[in-house]
Amino acid sequence: MSGEQLLIVLSTAIAAATPLVFAVLGETLSERAGVINLSAEGTIMFCAMAGFAVALASGSVVVGFVIAALIGALAALVVGFCAITLRQSQIAVGFVLALLLSDLASFLGVPIVRVPGPTVPPLPLPLLSDVPLLGPLLFRKDALVYLSYIAIALTWLYLYRTRPGLTLRAIGEQPNAAFARGADVVRLRYLYVILGGALMGIAGAAFSLDFKAGWSHRHTGGYGWIALAIVIFGGWNPLRAALGAYLFGILQSLASVAQDQFQNVPTQVLTVAPFVLMIVLLVLTSAGWLDRLASYFPPATRRRLLQMLRTSPPAALGKPFEQD
Amino acid sequence: MDVELIHIHKHFGEVHANDDVCVRFRSGTIHGLLGENGAGKSTLVKILSGYITHDSGDIALDGKLVSIQTPTDAIRHGIGMLHQDPLDFPSLTVLENFMAGGGGLWLHRREARRRLCEIASSLNFSLDPDAHVSELTVGERQQLEIVRLLALGVQVLILDEPTTGISAVQKEQLFAALRQLAADGRTIIFVSHKLEDVEALCDEVTVMRQGRVVGSAAIPCSPAQLVEMMFGKPLAPPIKPPTAREEIALELREALIRTNTFDLHVPHLAVRCGEVLGLAGLEGSGQQEFLAACSGLIPLRHGSLRLNGREMAHRPYHSFMRAGVCYLPADRLRDGLIGGLTIREHVALRAPTRSFFLDEPLNARLTMEAIRVFNIRGQPNTRVERLSGGNQQRTQLALMPNPLSVICMEHPTRGLDIESALWIWQLLIARCQQGTAILFASSDLDEITAYSDRVLVFSGGRVSEPLDAHRLTADVLGHMIGGKF
Repeated sequence: MSGEQLLIVLSTAIAAATPLVFAVLGETLSERAGVINLSAEGTIMFCAMAGFAVALASGSVVVGFVIAALIGALAALVVGFCAITLRQSQIAVGFVLALLLSDLASFLGVPIVRVPGPTVPPLPLPLLSDVPLLGPLLFRKDALVYLSYIAIALTWLYLYRTRPGLTLRAIGEQPNAAFARGADVVRLRYLYVILGGALMGIAGAAFSLDFKAGWSHRHTGGYGWIALAIVIFGGWNPLRAALGAYLFGILQSLASVAQDQFQNVPTQVLTVAPFVLMIVLLVLTSAGWLDRLASYFPPATRRRLLQMLRTSPPAALGKPFEQD
Repeated sequence: MDVELIHIHKHFGEVHANDDVCVRFRSGTIHGLLGENGAGKSTLVKILSGYITHDSGDIALDGKLVSIQTPTDAIRHGIGMLHQDPLDFPSLTVLENFMAGGGGLWLHRREARRRLCEIASSLNFSLDPDAHVSELTVGERQQLEIVRLLALGVQVLILDEPTTGISAVQKEQLFAALRQLAADGRTIIFVSHKLEDVEALCDEVTVMRQGRVVGSAAIPCSPAQLVEMMFGKPLAPPIKPPTAREEIALELREALIRTNTFDLHVPHLAVRCGEVLGLAGLEGSGQQEFLAACSGLIPLRHGSLRLNGREMAHRPYHSFMRAGVCYLPADRLRDGLIGGLTIREHVALRAPTRSFFLDEPLNARLTMEAIRVFNIRGQPNTRVERLSGGNQQRTQLALMPNPLSVICMEHPTRGLDIESALWIWQLLIARCQQGTAILFASSDLDEITAYSDRVLVFSGGRVSEPLDAHRLTADVLGHMIGGKF
């Protein structure tokens, strides 16, 4: 593969990963607060359809994104209400929503299938886009992509450098202890679940208004599930989750290059390949394998290595908060 | 600050957990709140610290009535509580735990670090701000909570069973710190079921039984008097007769046992039938892994392990079980019992039949028998997580097969009241007389010296030669745990 080809692969990867980045950041926030929003698949698909339809009708991409974010927030509110207030199974309600919303998107989206519509206009950044290598790779994109960079940085900064961010980690970890220190666990959980849902809505619209430009039947199929997997792969850390999203983008972009080169391989194989490879990667980062790897190291470094690599889910993830 | 609790009542459903409780805690003193499990001490201090609200009654601070509805209210009034299981965030660092809660947008790490170290060193605690709380011992987590509460300006410090699960050295550190805090004019409320701790530390003591205050006394006073107040009758510990026989139940040779941080080497150890072997040492010195290895839960790295003469190294856990080994973990609900299942379902799991369908009449009969014989305070359909710690331990013991050749136990009586602890040891001694060898780890040195025939000391990644328990005192043991052997 030539250098130029590689650049194209990576550049496509960033474009392909941008919607996923919003999705994984949203899910990370939600799960950090202790609520699994399993509806990601449905939310993303429905918001892709709705965002595109609204942008088409209103002629404004921004309105499309805003409506998508609102719908995403609304879906998350349903999950939040069942999980936080009713203390029901987060898995069940999220799963039902995922199925319901993706079918609803197919059904309601029929009139706009393959209709050309507005997209986010390209916006090469002055100066930065002239930097060799990095310029064409990172800064000859559009506003949405730049926004995703900022979102990654802000989410990380918020989680690890601010007091509300520390409280967010605390309520997903030990809600009782957080409550003891004056955190309003219920209100904060709602806040982050809804915020996470809004980001997922934006992720949906990012597919139909940017990366895939348009809507067709089950246009974003599988992305919601892979986003959930990437959050786990990323150890609930926004930087690592974003890295996971980019990795998935690279796999996808490689698969499309391979499609040209190996014409005799059925396309279905290459479309599915990134998903399979991603699962293999998840297995490799699982705890059991890490333990075996670590056991080859001397005891003194073993502990530090494991501490660095191992990630554990927020301790209260999926558990309702009950004050005793 | 003087704290007065006036005519406090609290019901949990049918149970009258606090029945017209009146106590006064004077500033500058360490006040013990003594009673067996379920006496209502924890309920009372949780009311004072805002974790639960009382049905009726008043709380007065320095003579002024106040309303405490939430933990935040309590902190605002200068009342802080250290819970039995510290309420902290294991996945966060010490510094982050210290900072969690409170207002403002940005985290001032440097300022917080300075404050943390300042308070910690004033109490002679050594806390590494960057360590993860999950790596700390219970004792260190307590120290962190105390430091955090003091940073919030707490004048009344409540400690709920703080000496459970910490080492002797940490206990001394804790007591020294508490004396210092009392000398500074703070009010210390020390909740405990351990008589000796209350006698060693407190200035005065209030005894509770079945939700009521049954009396109070100034320390020093006679222990017998306190015991009688606690239980309504005098108690005597069981005497351990010599039970060791000639045959060897468990033998280790050149065994290497892997722990998280080091490999533990045991050159040679033979445990005889009927013998009680106590494992002493700071928590995390390898006792748990040693017991797990002896019961086949983790494989030996190399070396030999013989059970009743048969080589068992690298055999699976169920062949250890078949060979008569039983392992009772410290965390009863996590590793021992199955939360969500009832006592009867536990009995059914262990029932000696292989039939496909559950034999309910048989299970019902076995369960009733277990409840009666083991004096479990619960119904056959009570789910195990609803039982108190003592009754969970009794249930675990009731589920032990009979006969057994080796029992491996972690902290057999941790968190239990004196009566349950004595009862459990009576039962274990009876097992020894049948020829069962018992290996147990405990952080209670008196328990180790009282019941062991021989003792292994774990310290600094090493394990001592077996020591004759009759020549050991808790004092000597304490020094050895510090690494002098």
